Amino acid sequence: MIIIWAVAIFVVCGSFLMLVAALGVVRFPDVYTRMHAASKSVSLGLVCMLIALAILFNTPMIILKSIAGIIFVFLTIPVASHMIGRAAYLRKVPLYEKTSVDQMAGLYKKNERESNE
Amino acid sequence: MIILETALWMATFFLAVSLFLALYRLMKGPSLADRVVALDLISMILAGKILIYILLSGETIYLDAIVVLAVIAFFGTVAFARYIEKGSTK
Repeated sequence: MIIIWAVAIFVVCGSFLMLVAALGVVRFPDVYTRMHAASKSVSLGLVCMLIALAILFNTPMIILKSIAGIIFVFLTIPVASHMIGRAAYLRKVPLYEKTSVDQMAGLYKKNERESNE
Repeated sequence: MIILETALWMATFFLAVSLFLALYRLMKGPSLADRVVALDLISMILAGKILIYILLSGETIYLDAIVVLAVIAFFGTVAFARYIEKGSTK
């Protein structure tokens, strides 16, 4: 009985985190904030649902595959979103107008940012 | 078992709503990077829907499909990032 309750809670939490990610992607004003919302919430939501799967089907093969999936999600989603954000910054996608600190402002010279035209 | 079925239908509803929101951003997004972020989000939502189908039906063979979908989404996002960085804009 407690297994069923744990699976239900993990599944609902994971799908709710994905709903939060989609709301952030729609509502945030900027490419970089949208990327932030999508990457963090989605990875946590998918990990919650994989944990629910590993709890419900309690065999060693399923647990191993779920752990492999969790490690893979935690390795790949930050890399992919970092590459998207870096490419968007290099192509001069505009920042949100109320942005106060741009820490990458001096790191790329003007020629370097336009060298791949 | 009625608890698990209620939770799975709630999760299906949440994922359907988030799929529609991501589709809105995919159609409307001002730059190409917005669309790529929305596409990545859509592939992860599809992985979640496959996972809910596994929990509903008990066919655990589809767990491999989730890992493969995550791999393909990762490579697609990295390729789009290289394309945005090097290629032409818009």
